[in-house]
Amino acid sequence: MTGRIPALGVRFLALCLLSLVLMVVDHQQQHLDRVRSALSTALYPVRLVVDTPFSLWKWARDNSASRNALQIENSRLRTERFLTQARLQKFRSLEAENARLRAILDAKALVPDQVRIAGIMGVDANPYRHTLIIDKGSDDGVYDGQAMVDSTGVVGQVIEADRFTAHAILISDPDHALPVEVNRNGLRTIAVGTGTLDRLDLPFLANNADIQEGDLLVTSGLGQTFPAGYPVAVVTQVTKLPQQPFAEVSAQPTAALDQVREVMLIWSARRSAEEQHD
Amino acid sequence: MTRLPVYATILLALMLSIMPLPESAGWLRPDFVALTLIYWSMMQPRYFSLGTAWITGILIDVMHGAILGQHAMTLTIIVYITIQFHLRIRVFPTWQKTATVLALISVGQFLLFWTNGVIGISSTAASYLGPILSSTLLWPVVAALLNSINYRVALRR
Repeated sequence: MTGRIPALGVRFLALCLLSLVLMVVDHQQQHLDRVRSALSTALYPVRLVVDTPFSLWKWARDNSASRNALQIENSRLRTERFLTQARLQKFRSLEAENARLRAILDAKALVPDQVRIAGIMGVDANPYRHTLIIDKGSDDGVYDGQAMVDSTGVVGQVIEADRFTAHAILISDPDHALPVEVNRNGLRTIAVGTGTLDRLDLPFLANNADIQEGDLLVTSGLGQTFPAGYPVAVVTQVTKLPQQPFAEVSAQPTAALDQVREVMLIWSARRSAEEQHD
Repeated sequence: MTRLPVYATILLALMLSIMPLPESAGWLRPDFVALTLIYWSMMQPRYFSLGTAWITGILIDVMHGAILGQHAMTLTIIVYITIQFHLRIRVFPTWQKTATVLALISVGQFLLFWTNGVIGISSTAASYLGPILSSTLLWPVVAALLNSINYRVALRR
């Protein structure tokens, strides 16, 4: 026993020092990203094992759905599809008109974004942040900073892509901010996450800004992470305090962030063009 | 005694630490990995090294997408304290052991809170206090389960 204790102390100090160095390097530089990505890829089986019961459960539920329920769902989807198709026809003519008008104005033509569906893995990530793990990785072309939306609005962005999976941060994370504009009048501002899934804050709006409850916020495309024009949130509360320089404005994300099961990854036209260049 | 049960239970704890919980219960997730490491470093310090704690911590950092070294340092410190005092803690009655675990998990959560603060991750107090509460309450169960594994392996030896 004697002689083991000092050795333990030395090892303890060495490991603590190593951890501190790792933390500093990881926080301030990008050198460790490859190590982290490799380790994360190696841990993929662990994630898969944890995810499997949930996938199986979902699979079993889908398979055991009654004929009646399936028929109801089918007819609902058919109606939805019909309505969407009808709306899309109008959209096509609008798109053509938009292209013509842009040509007249000599503006750059809008290139449609490429999208791909990714599933959310039944795996929880960091408890201190609003993150989730998707089942597509850099093998599928996912990259850091890629925008993620679902059918109702912006969900978040990828912060770390491994080979088979990727970590993504939700727009409600307190460290997330995204440039938005008010759809009604084009007023630009920043929507900041609050740590609450159903609220975003707009802290940088002056008291005299033209914003009201019910305004739809869409991405402005200014940060170049999110393509322009995707719905983000609806303004729920505007409090103007005469003694303060800024109004207190909060908004509710249009996507139900706690119920997301599938997301759409967007390869922005800009990025695709750059890749074709390379 | 082989180290297999030690590694197997740590792997299981790692899996439990990323198991999905409903959004409303997420803040109560017990720190299974810390509990498992505390148990093994208390009962089998000869078969359990600080290095194992450190590597386990790195794996958690990777799986949680946390800053590399955060959980590694936290678990190393928890395990070091446990190994230092293992002879004393081992003979404590259950409630005193549970109180010790409360203190150890609190130290761990404080370190996480502190490192998160330094790198600018802001989170609610509940997400730090929840694990302290749930881990402490769960300790007797985890200890009983691991005890049965530990004795079974010890008997076979």
